[in-house]
Amino acid sequence: MDSDTSDPNQSGEAGKISRRRLLALIGVAGAAAVAAPLVPSMMGKSTGTASGEAGKKAGGVLRQWTLVIDLRKCEGCVTQDKPPACTEACNTEHFVPAGQQWLRVMNVKSEAGHTYYLPRPCMQCENPPCVKVCPVGATYRTEEGVTLINHERCIGCRMCMAACPYGARSFNWNQPQNPPGATFAKYSPEFPVPHRQGTVEKCMLCAHRTADGKLPACAEKCPMKAIYLGDLTEDIATNGTDIVKLSTFLGENSAYRLKEELGTRPRVWYIPGHGQEYGHHVGDERATQNPRSWQELGATLDKTHEGGK
Amino acid sequence: MTTASREERLEETVYRPLLHTSRAWYAWMAVLVVLMGVGFVAYYEQLQRGLAVTGMRDTVVWGLYISNFVFFSGVSMSGTFISAILRITGAEWRRPITRLAEITTVSALLMCGLMPIVDMGRPDRVANILLYGRLESPLLWDILAISTYLTASVIYLFLFIIPDSALLRDKFAGKVSGLRHRVYSLVSLGWQGLPEQHRHLERGAGIMMLIIIPIGVTVHSVVSWIFGMTYRAGWASTIFAPYFAVGALYSGTAMLITLMIIFRKVYHLEEYLTEKHFRYLSYLLVVFGIGYLYFTFAEYLTIGYKLASEDKLLLESLLLGKYSPLVWGGFFFGQILPIIWAAFRRTRTIPLMLIGSILVNIGMWIKRFIIVVPTLSLPLLPYDWGVYTPSWVEIAVTVASFGGFALTLTLFTKLFPIIPVWEMKEGWEQEKAKQSAPSAGLAAGPTTLTPQTGGARNG
Ligand code: SF4
Ligand code: SF4
Ligand code: SF4
Repeated sequence: MDSDTSDPNQSGEAGKISRRRLLALIGVAGAAAVAAPLVPSMMGKSTGTASGEAGKKAGGVLRQWTLVIDLRKCEGCVTQDKPPACTEACNTEHFVPAGQQWLRVMNVKSEAGHTYYLPRPCMQCENPPCVKVCPVGATYRTEEGVTLINHERCIGCRMCMAACPYGARSFNWNQPQNPPGATFAKYSPEFPVPHRQGTVEKCMLCAHRTADGKLPACAEKCPMKAIYLGDLTEDIATNGTDIVKLSTFLGENSAYRLKEELGTRPRVWYIPGHGQEYGHHVGDERATQNPRSWQELGATLDKTHEGGK
Repeated sequence: MTTASREERLEETVYRPLLHTSRAWYAWMAVLVVLMGVGFVAYYEQLQRGLAVTGMRDTVVWGLYISNFVFFSGVSMSGTFISAILRITGAEWRRPITRLAEITTVSALLMCGLMPIVDMGRPDRVANILLYGRLESPLLWDILAISTYLTASVIYLFLFIIPDSALLRDKFAGKVSGLRHRVYSLVSLGWQGLPEQHRHLERGAGIMMLIIIPIGVTVHSVVSWIFGMTYRAGWASTIFAPYFAVGALYSGTAMLITLMIIFRKVYHLEEYLTEKHFRYLSYLLVVFGIGYLYFTFAEYLTIGYKLASEDKLLLESLLLGKYSPLVWGGFFFGQILPIIWAAFRRTRTIPLMLIGSILVNIGMWIKRFIIVVPTLSLPLLPYDWGVYTPSWVEIAVTVASFGGFALTLTLFTKLFPIIPVWEMKEGWEQEKAKQSAPSAGLAAGPTTLTPQTGGARNG
């Protein structure tokens, strides 16, 4: 799990540019007064060393990643009349195999009768049932609290899928199509390309991007900026434009987690809402459109990954 | 009737299938080989094109294969387990049925062990279980328990075959092929029937009996924990281990009865598998069946009383919805009817018991399916329901697994006597010794077995 960050590709020019771009974004947000000194370190390898470990523990801090999804802002992309941008971003970022949605936007109709949208990535549980049941340790939790799958070890028993209470996992029932050149891409659990038949897939919180100092693809591409990447260690979160103090943000907005009663301690928080910030009405029952696959969106290895990391 | 003639008759009957092969036998083998052939073709297809050729998908991730796995582990439980209990308690009537019980266990366990491999997405990585096995995973408990039970059952079966093998080695010299004769000599391990050897055998057998009982229990407990250790409605149950164990005893006993009736007919064992055996096994079947009903009731009552949201969805689909024909059909025909048949003397006839015991196992297979599939198809979050329809590949592999089970049994009974000849003789000798000692001449005939076809009411 540290092979990814010691990849020389990452310390290349491309990585620096994207970091600069992010820092600029954060500057635009104008919230620097709150957490200015923390943000650069949170968002990247502020120590400036090329070494992966330093990147992971920038400033000696071990990240504890979390996602906050602000449902007040999420309207399932229906007001835009588009398929969910987050799912499509995820699809192109990872060449998600056909038929899978690592981030699935569900249409919920509450018992009270209102409708809202619920994007469901992997919850990165702190007490992950999927990790416990894996007979070969192919599913594991990183030091940063991200649940990953080693596709070179997975035996395809699907015990983890039976155990995950969120249905966050998908299976490669046949050989998924890989982008041209993927055979030579450097596989790592953080960036599981090429995809392999007979193994399990899921959202890995864009482990390859956070290590690079980037927001997860879904957070970056969400047009409503509804998805925040947070770090529990430094108690901070950002969606690329705003920077918030994580605990206050969660507390003031009555954030909740899915199936908290199970004790899986998910690391994905939801702020209740129904897309009201973008004018979605509670009675609007429009369903989200089917997200397009990476092939339909024309994703290629070079465009997304600057050299096929 | 004299003892000598009784022994000769036993050898004559029991050894006949070993020496003479009827045309029907070849036909039966041909059927089994065809069934397995189709299964292999199907599995080859699955290897080529992936599990996409099955009906399983991301919501219902397990289907027929895992149902078969649980089913066969259940069938395997009763054989060796019951044989060990009967031996330990010195139940004399066990003698003619132990071998059949033991080989049933071994054949069922072979199929049981194959199923998870067939179900694996990456069977080429089976070795990873040895390389990276994690004791925290219920799947690993299963692998350990099943391989232990299989090893122990094979040893146990083997121990009691040694003296029989020696008999065959001596009797069949020149009558069978050289290779087969060598197998007998090999298996008999130089057995001469010396008192010393008897002592060793009894020692070994005694140890095996004692350890096989807890191992049998662990197998079915850990199989249930594959399900019980998850958060899923219908699976997350604390009574799953005993529930499964009793279900296994129930289905295993029924399988033993079915096979006894079949072998009795095919190999003409009416003299040895008597009404008494079927009566005693029926009692066991009734006891296990009622135990299973009790667990079923306790399980559904506790979730049905509370009706927690997901449990409610599950119960509705089971009792009233899509799965209700399977659930109620399996319940009535697999649990109520056979138990009633087995409980009353009037209905405890061989044909009804055959139908009844087969119904039990159909019912128990359905029950496994009902445990695996509906729970998985429940929506975990506001999803759609999962749907699952087995594909031809899964059906073919399932049929082939039953074929494999039958094939193992058939081949075994072609090589070794299905009734342990030496144990029968040993029983008769002990009996004779008992009778000739203080109260000689009191009873004229043996008390346990009367040579009479069907309907013998004795003992
Ligand atoms: S959401 Fe599911 S897959 Fe993700 S960590 Fe939790 S249990 Fe594992
Ligand atoms: S499918 Fe793969 S990751 Fe999941 S439990 Fe089995 S081996 Fe582990
Ligand atoms: S964090 Fe990355 S992998 Fe997870 S849903 Fe978002 S884009 Fe997909």
